[in-house]
This record gives sequence, structure tokens and C-alpha cells, in this order.
Amino acid sequence: MTNTWIILGATSSMARAFARKVASRGDGVLLAGRDSEDLAALAGDCHLRGARMAEAVAFDARDPSGFAILIDRVKAEDGMISAAVFVGSMPDQALIDADPALIDGTVTDSFTGPARFLHLLAPEMERRGGGTVVGVASVAGDRGRIGNYVYGAAKAGFATYLSGLRNRLTRAGGHVVTIKPGFVDTAMTWGLPGLFLVASPEKVADDIARAVAKRKNVIYTPFFWRYIMLIIIHIPEFIFKKMKI
Amino acid sequence: MRWKAAEYSGWGRALWARGEVARPERQRSLDQVFAEGIVPAQGMRRSYGDASLNDKGRMVDMTRLDRMLGFDPGTGILDVEAGARIGTIASAFAPRGWLPAVMPGTGFATVGGCIAQDVHGKNHHVAGSFCQHVVSMELRQADGRTVTLTADATPDLFRATAGGLGQTGVITSARLRLLPCKGDIMMVTERRVEGWDEHLALLDASTATYTVGWIDATARGKGLGRGILEEGETNSGLVPRREKFRKVPFTAPRFALSKPIVRAFNEAYFRRVPHTGRTVVRPIGDFFFPLDKIHDWNKLYGKHGFHQFQCVMPLAAAPALRALLETIANSGLASPLAVLKRMSEGRAGHLSFPMEGYTLAVDFPNRAEARELIKRLEDMTIAAGGRIYFAKDSLARGADVRAMYPEHQDWLRLVTRADPDQRLATDMIRRLKLRSIA
Repeated sequence: MTNTWIILGATSSMARAFARKVASRGDGVLLAGRDSEDLAALAGDCHLRGARMAEAVAFDARDPSGFAILIDRVKAEDGMISAAVFVGSMPDQALIDADPALIDGTVTDSFTGPARFLHLLAPEMERRGGGTVVGVASVAGDRGRIGNYVYGAAKAGFATYLSGLRNRLTRAGGHVVTIKPGFVDTAMTWGLPGLFLVASPEKVADDIARAVAKRKNVIYTPFFWRYIMLIIIHIPEFIFKKMKI
Repeated sequence: MRWKAAEYSGWGRALWARGEVARPERQRSLDQVFAEGIVPAQGMRRSYGDASLNDKGRMVDMTRLDRMLGFDPGTGILDVEAGARIGTIASAFAPRGWLPAVMPGTGFATVGGCIAQDVHGKNHHVAGSFCQHVVSMELRQADGRTVTLTADATPDLFRATAGGLGQTGVITSARLRLLPCKGDIMMVTERRVEGWDEHLALLDASTATYTVGWIDATARGKGLGRGILEEGETNSGLVPRREKFRKVPFTAPRFALSKPIVRAFNEAYFRRVPHTGRTVVRPIGDFFFPLDKIHDWNKLYGKHGFHQFQCVMPLAAAPALRALLETIANSGLASPLAVLKRMSEGRAGHLSFPMEGYTLAVDFPNRAEARELIKRLEDMTIAAGGRIYFAKDSLARGADVRAMYPEHQDWLRLVTRADPDQRLATDMIRRLKLRSIA
């Protein structure tokens, strides 16, 4: 059966690596985002790597009025439908501290925008009896830290949403994989100080594809972040609140 | 655009630079980088020396602008961003019967880098150099304009850009004419070659599309020039053995490539091929990019890094090349992988490396004796009318190099016009004084 991926936030380097991966298997890809020129370049690339169909489509997490058109476009594809969500924004915490209104946008980009879209898509996936949702959360969502707790809170909300969506879609034969990447070598992290064990987007895409194939529920990528976060989660709050990590 | 304070090196890890690097992931971010003024570009930094270094300056890393934009199966022309890797193009297109017309020894080289060095491959004797298959390229110039270069419409700037070390502007995309191939595997015939004369004779007589000679640069006397001749043709429908990628996890200690180890390795490598020769089936990547399977193999040379010496000598200077190899063999400094190839005259730019003759490439650990030796090898190359390769060089002196490239003044005139303020100069340009008016 043919498979079509709707990839939200397809201009990010992790999404690009994942789109290329599924494209080379012959899947169809709908590449959704705001920079249509960049998405057109990626669509050409996916097509040449073997995608059955590759097309740039418009998606803005902050503009839900455009979601219905996109859902219709997805429905026009036969076969199984899957979605991969790479959207999110991480403004510098200092900027947020100076302008708390930035919180709304961060939460919309990283949580409520994609959640609303997935909620519109879910009935169609149930109707077709399968498909996979890949949701990119973050290790930053596992515990709020002084450095980026607004972004972390948005991603934590999204992770909880994905957990519930998994509970729902499982009943219809579908599946949801929650991805928690650690530090990934992207435009977002380029040149930031204090990063370690930085993974390439291609490595993350490989891990995601493997998790999809094995129907994993929640994965950390690279895998060792599970253990790093296990430690961080278990630091008692009366110590943690004084730490800066 | 965020700039990263980076310390980085060429592939040889002998020369390093410190400076700020931006790495745009889309054209729009590239525009932002250049809005602050043009800076020289780097790709995967697979040039061995300092061609992609800009100490105390800024550079733009093009490796994330790596999309294949379009392909016309009628003409075989691929439109591709400059940061795309040659190996990626090969693995995407070989199963459909197309290959980049020229592929260097590593699949990690970017299209932009291949143009800036006008690289050659194992088929140079039939296909010529990389830029001879570039239909057109988009060049962002120092004045902010983007121009489309073709060999016919803009012959001067095309020739100055092909093999031009990035000095005319930043190559952002190119249209490449791919060559039809039979498929994504190689039939490789390997033969033991007992000595120098036989090696040259076999290279001269080879009718294969892809031909390369591996030389045991530690063998002396009667065995001088012994090695293995590999001849390859593309094919399809056969199943090769797939091998796993490996990674060199740390910088090796000094003894890893010491004399006895290199000698033992070379002996084993030579004996691996039966004395009757053999034909094997290989994935294309294994044949074209044999070392890419070992990621970061440059770390095997330890923390001081290494140098590669590569020269080309005219056909008539074969005896001088033999004397050069003899000097290397007697020094006992050579590393396992030395390569001998026949070249045609095919070249596309003023500073392109190829000339009709034989090219020899040898690695040396970065030690004082080796640096001394390479200096002698350069002198021998000049005396014989040969030249050395910018993609590999990290030690040459400017006056010597400029003497090897008779069209240097033509190039300089065009580059001076294209980038009058030398904003695109790199460490290599400064070391070799390639842009100083002599």
C-alpha cells in the first residue's frame, strides 16, 4: 500500500533528513511550512531521491484557518496517511523574560498549533485504519530548567498530547511515536555555547525511521539521552531548584 | 544569522584556522549572510591543506545547501545546490543509470568544492576534469550580483572559476551533465604489477573506463613501483558484498603508521590479490570512494596530521617521475596509500591541475623529515615541467607554484576584477601569494 507523509515544519534540518529518508523508500511527501521557496527545493530533492510524490504545501502553526485546506490536500492521497511534526520555536529565554508575550507564540508553534492540526487529521487516520504520527518533543520537556522552561513547557504539553493521541489511534490501528531529541546539529543550535554530544540530523532521522518501523512509543535520540534525563528527572527538587544546568 | 567561533582544519589536519563560520540551511539565510558582505565559502573541507581555511576571518559553510533541484532524463542534466555531496548524487542516480561524469576519490566532496578545484577521477583519461561537465553555474559575486556562468557565454569568468579556488565568487548551484552508466555496481579487475615499467605500460594500455594504480611506495630496487592495477566498469544485476561503515573514534598514536606497520600493511595489501589477478563485484561507492567507509580516517595520522603530495608530470617526464618515486621509497616515510594514474590533457580552468601525463599521490605524516622531502619532490616536479595540486598542497612556496601554472596571470587579471578588495582570499591564497600582483 502507498504511504504518504505530511511533514510539518519541513524546512528544519531534522525534517529534511527524515523527508529524504522516507522519500528514498518511495513514499509520498507533502512538505509543509512557511518558506515556500525552500520547500520547493526540498520537494525537488525528495522527488529525485525516489519519492512517489513530493509537493510543497503551506502551513503556519499560528494560522489555523489554513489547516482545513491542508487536510483536504492530504485526504486527496490514496493509501495510508502518516504525519511527522517537526515544528516548534525556541526564542532565547532572555527575550521571553523581556517580553512575556513571546510565550504565546512559542506555545502555539511547539504545541497547540500542531496539536490542532493533528486533531483535524486524526479522524481521517482512524477512517483509514492505520498510519503513524511522529511527534518531535524534546528532552527540554522532561523537566523545567531556568535556561528554557517556556519552550520546555510547550514541548512537555505536546508530549502529553501525543501520549493521549497514541491511546486514541491505537484503537484504530494507528500509531504515535514520541521523539525526544537531545542536542542536534541544526540552525537552531549552531554556534550555541555549552553543547555536548551533538547528533547529526541524519542520525536522528535514522532513529526516527527505526522507531516507526518497530512501533516504539517514546524514544530518546541519541539513545543515551534517556539515561541523562533519567538522572535529571530524579534529582530532588530541593537540590534541582538551586542548580543551573 | 548566527556566527560560530570555530577552530577547523583541512583534511590533512596539519593546518588549522580560527574564525567565525555561518552555516545557512536555506537560500534566504545565505542572502542574510551575504547582506553583511561576501565571505569565502567552504564545503566539506576535504582539500588537504588550507584551500578552505580563512584564519582570523569569516567563512560560509555551504554543506546544508545540498538539494538536488531538478533532473532532465532527456539530456542527463542535473541542477544541484553547491553543498551537495558527489557520493549522494552517485547513490541516488546510479540505480537509474546515471553517474556524475567525474568523481574524486571521496564521495564527501561537495559540488562547489569539485568545481573550485576542478577535480579529476579515475576516468580522467577518457572523461577529462569535473568542470568539463559543468553546463552552467550560479556564482554570487563580491558586488552582490548573481551571475550564471557557461563555458560559451562567459568563457573568461567560467575559466577563472573552474579550479579557481573560490576567488571569483561563491558558487551556489550548478547544472552538471551526468553520464549514462549500466547500474550501481562495479566489475573490478585487479592485477598485481611487479614494477615501475610494467605499471606505466599497463596504465598506457588500459582500455577500461576507470583505471587506477595503487603503488607500494615503500618498495625499493627491483620492486620499485610495484602495486595493483584496478580497472573498473559499471554494471547492474550482480550482488556485491556490503560492508559496514567504520569510524576512527580517536586520534591515533604516532606508531600507528610507523615504518614496519606500513610495510606490513602494503605487503598484505599486495598479496591480497592473487598473482593471477581477479575480477570482483563491488558497490560503486567501494570502488570510487574506498576510504569513505572509514569515517575520519585522517585521524589515523595522529594529532600532528599529515600531508599529501600530488604531482602530475608530462608523459615525456616519466623517468623523472620514476626518480621521484625512488626518492620517496628511499626515504622510508611514505604511508600506505599511494596512487598512480594516467591523465589526459582535459582541464577547464586557468588553474586546473591536469595535464597529459602521469599523476602520483603519496601521503606523509606531518614530520620535519617529510616536510623536507616534500620540498625536494616539489623541486623535482618543477624541473621536470610538472605541477602540484592545490587540493592537496599545504607546503608549497608561491613562486614555485605560480611557475607551474602558466595561465596564472590570466586568472589573476579576472579575479582582481571580480573581487578587487580580496574579500574572498583564503589561507591558501595568502600562503601562495596567488593574488599578489607579481
